[in-house]
Amino acid sequence: MKAPMLGSWFGRQEMAAPADIESAALRSDRFRLEREGDWRRLEDIIARMEKGGLKRIDDDDLLALPTLYRTAASSLSVARETSLDLATLSYLESLVQRAWFQVYGPRKGFFAWLREFLFGGWSRAVREIWLDICIALFVMVAGAVVGWLLVVQDQDWYYRLVPAQMAGGRVPGASREELLSTLQVEESTGGLSAFAAYLFSNNAGVCILAFALGFAFGIPSLMLLIHNMALLGAALWLFNEAGLLVEFSAWLSVHGTTELFGILLAGAAGLHIGRSMAFPGDRSVLDAASASGRRSAVVMVGVVIMMIVAALLEAFPRQLVAASESRFAIGGAFLTFWLAYFFLYKPRRLDHDTAEEAA
Amino acid sequence: MSSAALANADKRARVLVTPEGIAVPVKVASRASRFGALALDSMFLNIALVLFQILLSLTIGGAVEDLADAADQSISGAAEFLVVIRILFVFIAWYGYFLVQELGPRGATLGKRAVGIRIAARGGGRLTPEAVIARNLLRDIEIFYPLIFIIVTLITSAAGIDGGSMIWAALLWFLVFALFPFFNKDAMRAGDVIAGTWVIDAPRTKLAEALSTQGAAADATSETTGVRYEFGEEELSVYGEHELQTLERLLREARPEALAAVHATICRKIGWDPGAGDERAFLEAFYAQLRAKLEGDMRFGKRKADKHS
Repeated sequence: MKAPMLGSWFGRQEMAAPADIESAALRSDRFRLEREGDWRRLEDIIARMEKGGLKRIDDDDLLALPTLYRTAASSLSVARETSLDLATLSYLESLVQRAWFQVYGPRKGFFAWLREFLFGGWSRAVREIWLDICIALFVMVAGAVVGWLLVVQDQDWYYRLVPAQMAGGRVPGASREELLSTLQVEESTGGLSAFAAYLFSNNAGVCILAFALGFAFGIPSLMLLIHNMALLGAALWLFNEAGLLVEFSAWLSVHGTTELFGILLAGAAGLHIGRSMAFPGDRSVLDAASASGRRSAVVMVGVVIMMIVAALLEAFPRQLVAASESRFAIGGAFLTFWLAYFFLYKPRRLDHDTAEEAA
Repeated sequence: MSSAALANADKRARVLVTPEGIAVPVKVASRASRFGALALDSMFLNIALVLFQILLSLTIGGAVEDLADAADQSISGAAEFLVVIRILFVFIAWYGYFLVQELGPRGATLGKRAVGIRIAARGGGRLTPEAVIARNLLRDIEIFYPLIFIIVTLITSAAGIDGGSMIWAALLWFLVFALFPFFNKDAMRAGDVIAGTWVIDAPRTKLAEALSTQGAAADATSETTGVRYEFGEEELSVYGEHELQTLERLLREARPEALAAVHATICRKIGWDPGAGDERAFLEAFYAQLRAKLEGDMRFGKRKADKHS
């Protein structure tokens, strides 16, 4: 056995010259020694690709990559039939696997993906789950109505639905002035950006939960939607009692149109997964789940973006813009924007994406 | 490798067929290595978050005292900035850590790389960003949400607040997802099912020297004694592929005492008189000729798995 060369610990190793082919006693070893140079070259290219992507590879190597990969793969299948050299077999298996990941690796960089996402992929994914959006919307409206009706019947429900720390001064029996004061603008902007960041992280968490719960056939997602909307229904009832329904709606609409839309999409995305697992049609459950899971993931990245927008809106304009008309205008503009972006903006799919999907 | 471990490894072996029809052998990662990778990743992430926190308080140290006032409305600009940075950093670190690394050319986080596994698209297609996002969004609900809930409930119940039956519900929730990989043969967790991915071994094997070009394997003659080792058909037929590959491993490891033991065993088995001092040359010659015989048989479609067959 040779002592390990110091060079092997630092950077690129000198390529070892293959042993003299004539001296190999076995046919399978001659086969190996004849091809070893190609394998080592492939290994070297792959090692560099794994480290830093395509930038470090020169054109010659890049052109040779598919051929070298196929050579190694066919070497492997020949070796499986003719050789009992365990070292060679396990080396080839690992080499072919690593090469396959580089040849079929994710071609798109993150920014290329983001561009495609913003200019088409996002709105397409949202349109693809339209049925789930309809179901989730129905559930949300029903949840708000239930919340309202429950509180109308028995005011104790209000305390059960609305957590104490969230209610603040908004409790049944509070005077009109007290309720109105909770809708006022802040006097200073201090603390608002921290508030925004907190809201974002919190709301994004709720959305991811609504999505992930879809795994259990979507039922927990729907329950989460109902619960959150019942809370809203109770609050609507409270402000209606004080004759402040319009003011409250305006206050809520600034960020609410974006935030509730985001929650709607998150719930629908979760439901989409659950529904496709419960009713996979003629696909296998695993195929159905993964297809809908990937589609929903696209929607969810969008939801996180919507939550950033909602948090900014909630922290700044809602606290700074006082008039109900202006509040409605801001909320309405955002609702219009989202609806147009999702359902009117339909750019053509880029060709290479279609080809990839078909493959 | 013991025969039990060998059988286990075979149970995890799968074949991916690439679009051009090349069969790529893969091995589904063991559940133990996946758990190890997750533990490592959580550790790295927590260390990074703590370091970040320390760094932040060292650089903007003065603002930290102001944080005490954060509960009041009198929050200072610097402290507010600190809070924003921290919340965003935690969010980005949490999701970015897994996403960025799993989308990279290695398809694995630091923890996964340390234990030698990676993620791949089930069925042999490309690993898409959507799939990586989907599997990572589900990790929270599978592991961290119930775990945090259980810990918080335990702490509050220690403080005298009764958590009631909620803790059992959370425990059940946690167990359903934690045990999920044990109820399918590919050891998928729920996130893998949704994303259409699986986690596989990513071996990085170096090509070892060809044994049959060395020493007595090449010409059957010992360099030390000049003896020629030739084995007859009958002597070579006592062993099969399994023994051959064990012998290969021993020759590569080259531990004298192990070689001596195997030398003695083989001599006894084929009825030779075991001498001493030339074990390696004997074994090299035996290895080369046994392999030549077994490989010759393979070409005629005859395979002998081990000495019993």
